[in-house]
Amino acid sequence: MALLELERISAQYPGAASPVLADITLSVGPRQLLVALGPSGSGKTSLLNLIAGFVSPSAGRITLDGVPVQGPGAERGVVFQDDALLPWQNVLGNVAFGLELAGVPRAAREARAREMLALVDLAEFAERRIWQLSGGQKQRVGLARALAADPGVLLMDEPFGALDAFTREHMQTLLLDIWQRADKPVFLITHDIEEAVFLATELVLLAPSPGRIVERLQLDFGQRYANGEPARAIKSDPRFIEAREHVLARIFSHRQSQERA
Amino acid sequence: MSSIDIPAASEPTVQSAPAASGARLLPTRWISALTLASLVLTWWLVTAAGWVEPLFLPSPADITAKAWVLLTQGYMDASLWQHLGASLGRIGTALLAAVFTAIPIGIAIGYSRVARGIFDPLIEFYRPIPPLAYLPLIVIWCGIGELSKVLLIYLAIFAPIAIATATGVRTTDPAKLRAAQSLGATRAQLIRHVILPSALPDILTGIRIGLGVGWSTLVAAELIAATSGLGFMVQSAAQFLVTDVVVLGILLIALIAFALEMSLRALQRRLVPWHGQSH
Repeated sequence: MALLELERISAQYPGAASPVLADITLSVGPRQLLVALGPSGSGKTSLLNLIAGFVSPSAGRITLDGVPVQGPGAERGVVFQDDALLPWQNVLGNVAFGLELAGVPRAAREARAREMLALVDLAEFAERRIWQLSGGQKQRVGLARALAADPGVLLMDEPFGALDAFTREHMQTLLLDIWQRADKPVFLITHDIEEAVFLATELVLLAPSPGRIVERLQLDFGQRYANGEPARAIKSDPRFIEAREHVLARIFSHRQSQERA
Repeated sequence: MSSIDIPAASEPTVQSAPAASGARLLPTRWISALTLASLVLTWWLVTAAGWVEPLFLPSPADITAKAWVLLTQGYMDASLWQHLGASLGRIGTALLAAVFTAIPIGIAIGYSRVARGIFDPLIEFYRPIPPLAYLPLIVIWCGIGELSKVLLIYLAIFAPIAIATATGVRTTDPAKLRAAQSLGATRAQLIRHVILPSALPDILTGIRIGLGVGWSTLVAAELIAATSGLGFMVQSAAQFLVTDVVVLGILLIALIAFALEMSLRALQRRLVPWHGQSH
């Protein structure tokens, strides 16, 4: 099972006065769904880009199963905010794309892609064109594409941010189902507090300038959903509301102290 | 702040554009057809009433009759098909050469800083020069044979394709590039699977523009130094005041340009159906 570790990571854009991220240490292991939550400017996208290997840290170490991360790679699957699918391929082609790049024969990769499409409830959409899909369907294709390459860890960049509330809730439960079944550690960033509290096994709260971790919470609402409790019952549970309000208060108190300073 | 979001605009609508524009396309076509028909009618009226000398403007009937003569007997030792073939052969050769060189160079310009530094000034330097201005130099270097004509057209087609390809490569969606990289794509795979297809709409537009420029350059080149081709046919007919052949030649030149444009548009619709779709 995969273990992703970040050790004292700092990042700074060339020419920028203050670092985007300062001294971030965290780890995501088997059966974990780590959510990084923060307002815009807290460096959560930069954090994901660092782990994905799109940018390099100015200090610190990122390792996956002990192997240092150097540049992007198929062992870290990414689901993007705006699907980033290839419109010149149909749905099946998009899901099989990573395997095609790896040189997997057509029959084998298409079989695997169909399996992944079934996992995200899109089995009958295999031959569709990308522009014929809704926003939620595109995100599911993006998820299936990332899973098809069988990565060690799944990185999700505000995957449900552009979706409407109904679709978002459905996607959250779908993600929890897949996280249970595929048994992969997930690192997800979001600015939606309810989403973060619902999904996370560990919630990391980021504050801006410079981006840093101000609180870590261990939560079990996602696990409760996976154990069979309905999503609505969990989200209206007083303990859930309490956790949500606590996170909200932390964010506001940080913002106020920053504005006073 | 928390998820008390009001449901935003619901699911993006499933593509409905073709149906909507199809309903509106028909009247536009009818208007165009009507314009053409009235133009031909005016032409016929003016010539039938004898207001214009046939030397200046032959009647539509005369032109049609002449077209038959040209098709069956030819003009200036060559049949109409040979003139047509000569012109199309030249532009075809030049286009093929341009496609096979301009697309790789365009990709290099768009992808690599060094290649951009090398090719950008060269292309931007010669591109604004009217091809007929450097035709004399090409004739001095390469003679008046086929080579100089094909070379002239090639140069005219090359620049638009190379520039359009470079633009297409540069405007590749960075999210798609990152997605492919995170799936393990190598540099070559990025170019083959992401950059090239995403630049394809621009490349095809470049070819369309290039063919337009190339065709006008070809006809102009044939007016100056040639013994066959549509441009030559028009030019030599003009010297003998054979006005019907001149008019016929011009109509043919226009018709072919139109056909080229239309077939490229059809090709574009077929090859890049995602172009113009929100995705």
